[in-house]
Amino acid sequence: MNAVTPSAKLHDCRDAFVAVLERLGADNPKVVAVCNDSVGSSKLGGFKARWPERLVNVGIAEQNLVGVGAGLANGGLLPFVCAAACFLTGRSLEQIKADIAYSNANVKLVGISSGMAYGELGPTHHSIEDFAWTRVLPNLPVIAPCDSIETAAAVEWAARYDGPVFLRLSRVGVPDLLPAGHTFALGKANLLRDGDAVTLIANGTLTHRMVKAAAILAEKGIEARVLNMATVRPIDVEAVVAAARETGAILTAEEHSTFGGLGSAIAEVVVAEAPVPMKILGVPGIFAPTGSAEFLLDEFGMSPAAIAEAAIALIARKSSRT
Amino acid sequence: MQPNDLDRIARQIRLRDLQAVFEAGAGHIGGEMSAIDILTALYFRVLDVSPEAPRRPDRDRFVLSKGHVALALYVTLARRGFIPEEEIATFLKPHSRLNGHPNCNKVPGVETNTGPLGHGLPVAVGMAKAAKLTGATYRVYVLTGDGEMQEGSNWEAIASAAQFGLDNLTLVIDHNRFQQGASLKDTNNLAPFPAKLEAFGWDVTEINGNAMDEIVPALEKRGRRPHCIVAHTNKGHGISFMQDKVDWHHKVPNAEQYEIAVAELSEAL
Repeated sequence: MNAVTPSAKLHDCRDAFVAVLERLGADNPKVVAVCNDSVGSSKLGGFKARWPERLVNVGIAEQNLVGVGAGLANGGLLPFVCAAACFLTGRSLEQIKADIAYSNANVKLVGISSGMAYGELGPTHHSIEDFAWTRVLPNLPVIAPCDSIETAAAVEWAARYDGPVFLRLSRVGVPDLLPAGHTFALGKANLLRDGDAVTLIANGTLTHRMVKAAAILAEKGIEARVLNMATVRPIDVEAVVAAARETGAILTAEEHSTFGGLGSAIAEVVVAEAPVPMKILGVPGIFAPTGSAEFLLDEFGMSPAAIAEAAIALIARKSSRT
Repeated sequence: MQPNDLDRIARQIRLRDLQAVFEAGAGHIGGEMSAIDILTALYFRVLDVSPEAPRRPDRDRFVLSKGHVALALYVTLARRGFIPEEEIATFLKPHSRLNGHPNCNKVPGVETNTGPLGHGLPVAVGMAKAAKLTGATYRVYVLTGDGEMQEGSNWEAIASAAQFGLDNLTLVIDHNRFQQGASLKDTNNLAPFPAKLEAFGWDVTEINGNAMDEIVPALEKRGRRPHCIVAHTNKGHGISFMQDKVDWHHKVPNAEQYEIAVAELSEAL
């Protein structure tokens, strides 16, 4: 297959989210947006201007935010509950567990500015624990789209899906990777480049870095498979097992702690189904120092060049086993 | 249904609840006895609900925020026809749908899953807000414990209910003056409640929450603001030796105590 080429233009995925949300809102009067004083950071100004009564702002009160979302769904509405991912998941985790996941409420949780998007604001505002916190909850799909096209497709899908969803979005600009007209399928990875030396798996803001790392590897004559795996729960077991069996090594990268996130979810499959060497890149179990998101991703070894080096080291471990 | 009939039903529900606690060897009998009159008034007089269509969109909503008294809700739902009365015997048994806290995906009539305290009122605010947005005429009732009001999430919800003008929402605080380990007064005394709720923009009615002729009119009261009923109740109400004893939060009667309690509750049937 031809490898995907990242677009030159970078996109803030919040724009794709609100564009679809407003389209859904125009088609379906049951669509409501719920927020915690986050009209600006969730880019809900357009929605509010069109349907002020359908923008439910509970103020700075995240426990109430999620509970109210569950109640709105009980009353027959289709709520998109939007807040900074760090507060939505951290402050309201028990509400997400009991009111949303366990109650199986038809609520779409939208975590904005996830990962280290808030950069210099520091670890209080980083959301690098949310995969770990949410992916253990039954009934709750966990999705981190890689570009504006997948964001739009995932929002469309979430509106159709009858049940709770956690969408993890960023504000950091990313290139488009997936083809126009892409449709989202829950729990299905997208093959962005094929190869047999190693598989690189990422989601969110890391997918395009994996694509660039694979191009660096190709220049060295190493053909890497690249999978975009937006869905952290349910994990795509079939794609992970095929990657392990067909390429013999898996490198993951995520804008999340190395504990409990995408890499961990993949490792759970690998150790049980097809053990091969793995390397999990992410925030290495520390509170990040001061810096922008892009700086911190580089700092933690996730620049395309550093990813390529990590892949070469991983491939060496693969050959040393035989 | 008139207060005398409701009293009779409440007695029957208390008796069945007591039997189930005794048989299961577990339950939260003190808070169940304090709340049963309120549950009875709701399900047999006030709520517009249909056992044959438990998810009817325009039904009234009741949220049991003090989810640990699930058994009292199960017995009330069974008596009202939502679940078979004989199913109460399965309470807490392996794979029973009647576990220690109510599950809305398993038990018809349950609206949302509760158990951790401070969850029911925010969800009820969402339900009432949904009615405002859709033009639905249903009403929303939520029952919390008084100790439960120590959860900050309740005050987030109280503020937003006033902000949203939710005149279709009624909060009943089961003010039995005791929480799990001690009295409210000796723990974190939020009482008296009325001035606090009024300061947030709510209407408040204080009643004897174990007196049907006070419960019914309070639940049927309509105003222009969210309504809080501070229901002064007795933990263990109806069983003399349990009344107002903190030990009976989740204690289980022995055989002798059980006989005395059955006799007391049967007397007025």
